[in-house]
Amino acid sequence: MSLDALTIRKDFPIFDRTVRDGKRLVYLDSGATSQKPLSVIDAESNFYRFHNAAVHRGAHQLAEEATDAFENAREIVAKFIGAKSDEIVFTKSATESLNLIAYAIGNANPGNRFHLTPSDGIVVTEMEHHANLIPWQQLSQRTGAKLSWFEVTPEGRLDLSNMASVITENTKVVALTHQSNVLGTINPLDAIVKRAHEVGAVVVLDACQSVPHTSLNVKDLGVDFLAFSGHKTVGPTGVGIFWGKSELLLELPPFLTGGSMIENVTMTSATWAPAPKKFEAGVPNMAQAVGLGAALKYLSEIGMGSISQHEKMLTSSLLTQLAQISEVKVIGPKDMVDRGATVSFTVGEIHPHDLGQYLDSLGIAVRTGHHCAWPLTRKLGVPATTRASMYLYNTQEDIDLLVTGVKGAMKYFGSK
Amino acid sequence: MELDSLYQDIILDHYKHPQNKKLATSYDAQVHHINPSCGDEITLNLTLKDGLVDCITWDGVGCSISQASVSILSDLLKGKTISQAQIIQDEFLHLMQSKGSKDGSAELLEDAVALAGVSKYPARIKCALLGWMAYKDAVVQAQSK
Repeated sequence: MSLDALTIRKDFPIFDRTVRDGKRLVYLDSGATSQKPLSVIDAESNFYRFHNAAVHRGAHQLAEEATDAFENAREIVAKFIGAKSDEIVFTKSATESLNLIAYAIGNANPGNRFHLTPSDGIVVTEMEHHANLIPWQQLSQRTGAKLSWFEVTPEGRLDLSNMASVITENTKVVALTHQSNVLGTINPLDAIVKRAHEVGAVVVLDACQSVPHTSLNVKDLGVDFLAFSGHKTVGPTGVGIFWGKSELLLELPPFLTGGSMIENVTMTSATWAPAPKKFEAGVPNMAQAVGLGAALKYLSEIGMGSISQHEKMLTSSLLTQLAQISEVKVIGPKDMVDRGATVSFTVGEIHPHDLGQYLDSLGIAVRTGHHCAWPLTRKLGVPATTRASMYLYNTQEDIDLLVTGVKGAMKYFGSK
Repeated sequence: MELDSLYQDIILDHYKHPQNKKLATSYDAQVHHINPSCGDEITLNLTLKDGLVDCITWDGVGCSISQASVSILSDLLKGKTISQAQIIQDEFLHLMQSKGSKDGSAELLEDAVALAGVSKYPARIKCALLGWMAYKDAVVQAQSK
């Protein structure tokens, strides 16, 4: 079913405003954060307005309502990714989710399946966002476990030709992104998951760039842990998701400790509540979790299939139009095979910041820089790129305006 | 066009024809500064002689604002006393922090007044300051030798 982006835009109040002296907002930076529909803004503010109380504590009516709203959001998230409710942990961000996994693994004592020693290995890829690289670098430094990685080809794909020598019998963790936030590349998981499980390693998936854009089921993916952020899925900031298989959450030690994650406490020791509470110390970001529930409900009603299809149409149009400008170099897959609606490019000698500034003067919001994936942009020999990332509210006109803007920038910086 | 206040001809000239963009082989101090939010990089070599800025050479990658700014600086501060250079630095910093409310002293800043428009774009101020922070660091290192 096709999607009418012009109708969808009416759900998002931000598109009522203009930018840079009355220009229509052309928002092509959803890879950084998405805009929010009114239903999400209302869900979050109505929580504060009508139901605010600390969840899982107190026996008064508001506490009951708040707990219901919070747990209902957990069920929506679980359903959205094909998981069980008690496998869904609310965090403050995807970054926190990934750090949670890394720190929890680092807390594992000898005898625990997650315990790491210098003879163990952690595998990442060269295309990771800093949020799925640095926690593993740090874990490697704390435990002595060896960090290794899959390289990226000049075409922007993972080089899996040396799979068996990268994921070895000693590998305990394989952490990778589902879709590159810079290149748009969607990584082939099946072979990696198969190899990781052969050697007894767990697979951690950074799904920040895939969950908002595609219908996805954790059982089909076969991974063991997954993280994504609320704010990229038309949800609020301040809420992220950590998902893990039940049997693994049972054995994984906690990361943050404190209130509501305990079973019993004495002056010298404590035992843990079962998941998900074991990983949710402190009063959580309740209003934001409720907002995320509303966001996923909103996306589900439109249909993830329709959203994917719409984004494919826009991406294909952008790639086709950019291919016709000889000065433009697309960084990453140039075709539509296994790629999402994120397109990075360079334009001749124009520095991305200058291009971004020019586009901004036309009301077009793009991201410029290394996109928090510095090792990747270094590997590909581009200090920075310009990135357009599309979502359900973008129109064909947005794409055409971007292409016109790129041509305008070439004239502006070339002729002066 | 509003954008023209940012991208003045002097800036684009310096960007396309950078001055002193070849690292001298001998120097009193060498510094390498990075703008971690965007990846712009500058290496700057400084030589002092008899209390004067004798030579500033540099190399780097980055946007027109960061590269033009260090190019202008390398011309402007050469031959100045360290204390004169300090006064110019302070004036430039004030200009960048002015949110578009100041023009800057043309007498002190010369070509660098062309960067005045940058102060209206908060995200770009650190681009303009990259080379100046590198110079500041280099002076401290060169003087402590």
